[in-house]
Amino acid sequence: MTILLIYIAIFVAAYLIVRLVARGVAHATDFTSLKTVTFGDESAVTADRTASVVSVVAIFLIWGAFTGSVISPIHAPGPFVGDTSFTYTAEAEDGSRDDATVSVRVFEVGTEAEEPSIEPGDGFAKDDSAKVGAWRSVLIRVDKNDEIGRGEGAKVVAINGEPIAPGETVKLADGEVTLSTKGTPNFKPNQGWQMEPIWLPSPEAVWGRIVEIANTGYQNSTLLQHLGWSLFRVVAGFAAGALVGIPLGYAMGLSSWFRGWFDPIVEFMRPVPPLALIPLVIIWAGIGEVGKVILLFLAALWIMTIAARSGVSGVKISKVHAAYSLGASKWQILTQVIVPNSLPDIFTGARVAMGVCWGTVVAAELVAAEKGAGMMIMVASKFQLTDIVIMGIILIGIIGYGIDILMRMAERWLIPWKGRG
Amino acid sequence: MSGLIIDDISMRFELPDGNAVQALKNVSLDIKEGEIMAVLGPSGCGKTTLLNIVAGFLAPTEGNITLGGQVVRGPAAERGMVFQQGALFEWMNVRKNIGFGPRMKNTPKADIDKRVDELLGIVGLQDFGEKMIYELSGGMQQRVALARCLANEPEVILMDEPLGALDALTREKMQGLVLKLWKETGKTIILITHSVEEALLLGERLLVMAPRPGRIHKEYRLPFAEMGVNADLREVKTHPEFGPRREEILSMIWDMEEEIMGRTESAA
Repeated sequence: MTILLIYIAIFVAAYLIVRLVARGVAHATDFTSLKTVTFGDESAVTADRTASVVSVVAIFLIWGAFTGSVISPIHAPGPFVGDTSFTYTAEAEDGSRDDATVSVRVFEVGTEAEEPSIEPGDGFAKDDSAKVGAWRSVLIRVDKNDEIGRGEGAKVVAINGEPIAPGETVKLADGEVTLSTKGTPNFKPNQGWQMEPIWLPSPEAVWGRIVEIANTGYQNSTLLQHLGWSLFRVVAGFAAGALVGIPLGYAMGLSSWFRGWFDPIVEFMRPVPPLALIPLVIIWAGIGEVGKVILLFLAALWIMTIAARSGVSGVKISKVHAAYSLGASKWQILTQVIVPNSLPDIFTGARVAMGVCWGTVVAAELVAAEKGAGMMIMVASKFQLTDIVIMGIILIGIIGYGIDILMRMAERWLIPWKGRG
Repeated sequence: MSGLIIDDISMRFELPDGNAVQALKNVSLDIKEGEIMAVLGPSGCGKTTLLNIVAGFLAPTEGNITLGGQVVRGPAAERGMVFQQGALFEWMNVRKNIGFGPRMKNTPKADIDKRVDELLGIVGLQDFGEKMIYELSGGMQQRVALARCLANEPEVILMDEPLGALDALTREKMQGLVLKLWKETGKTIILITHSVEEALLLGERLLVMAPRPGRIHKEYRLPFAEMGVNADLREVKTHPEFGPRREEILSMIWDMEEEIMGRTESAA
């Protein structure tokens, strides 16, 4: 919630600052800058690249600030680390009371730490020591070394002078103490506002993992092999789906019999999410490559079929008529008119299909695989290696985005007439 | 050598709701080779249907069409068609569009190139051969459509409102071009139009059709097309016969439109 508010604040502040700065700089002089009606004129709305940059920077800043990263100049308060102490008051059965001090050393998880050494002190309650990792908590059996312990009827009645009963909590400067139902103090050092690395590692930790795994690999495969296998499955499944789906779509667009025959199948299979087919594909084809490619084939098939079919139905009848009266044969109509005319639709379908395939392959690898981007993050999550999980998500996102950009470039290059017919 | 004979064509089909439409009834025409005929009529009079039947895209329920003694069945290269707009292949450049017909017949490439060059000159697009269709203005696109049709050496050219989407100035220039091509190539042309003026200017024969059922209402033989070949079209419009003819035909069509309106109103 706080993070959301901070994010909104950055959004608004960046907008105001950029507006203020832009006022000082020379104005744009293109046609759009002269439009007075921009609210509602979609063509006048272009992505403000300054906003895009600030947006990405803001995400990394917030990420860094809440993980104690070096990339962020300001940090949210971190967890308490260091030595602290509190006193507890033990009350024996006869009503006599004695205070003792508990020294606690809070250390960063992953580093070595020793309990602070202390003298036992006087009275029937003796001083104690304990150590606890940051973000963790520790039950401190304070009566263990006391002359009158829990077994003899003694109980803790106050922490730092504040009375406490089992189940209650007393706040301290560096943490809080909760008395368990059995009367044992449970010390929890202040967590601060930062995220624990096993929940969200800092950006540099993720980057370090990328470098490390790129060099040494993970789970018997290098990073490139993992990503390469995922990509290979997508390309193979998509290619198979397109190879079958496009001719099928053409047939459905050109023949009533084909359309009638395949309409129920296509319309039924289309709304079935490919993810729902994973169990069946695993039963039939196992968890190997064949199963994955079959799954992706099925994911791409219906999308490509429908794209090709709508490509055919999008051909203007006057173009077909014109080609016929210019003496074209049916085959020539197909290759010279229908295929080029349907390319824009097929490309749109291909982009969707590639996206769906990429998502499906990761999901399939999450379920079962020996290699692959999804497998990498699934295994890492089982070992709580959150940095690898986040690394995997980032790489999956980058590759998915890259695929889409490549498809769009290919589209612009191959079908420059799109939308200008 | 070969005339186009439309012999007692009728066309009737059923709608999904069970009603039958009589699109054409007993239409007969005898078009000599090299004639240019304009077809006018209110919307729904079946003029486009008639053209589609001549082109071979539709089959009549009765009667048949013969071209040079051959009965027409289906579309063929001997009957070229020029559409209103958007019938060019935008994935090809201008040259490829014009050369489409010969290419379909596997004409040698050198012959196609020569023919295309020639046609580019005729329609005044010498410098635009390599342009893509979407880079051209509407008028230029229609020039390409005309050239593409001519490249195929059809015996009859069917024009379905080829100039309908153009602005007035471009339209006038294109009307001149159509007349020029008609005279130079000697092709038989059937031209459908909504504009009475265009029909008068381009139609050596002018056919007015009436709706419901679609039929021939009246036919004229006019001198203006022949005049327009060698004169400015605006001069032709000042001819003393031009104005009265236009008014006559306009009021004829108006009457038909009003009759339709009246009929639908009384039905409603």
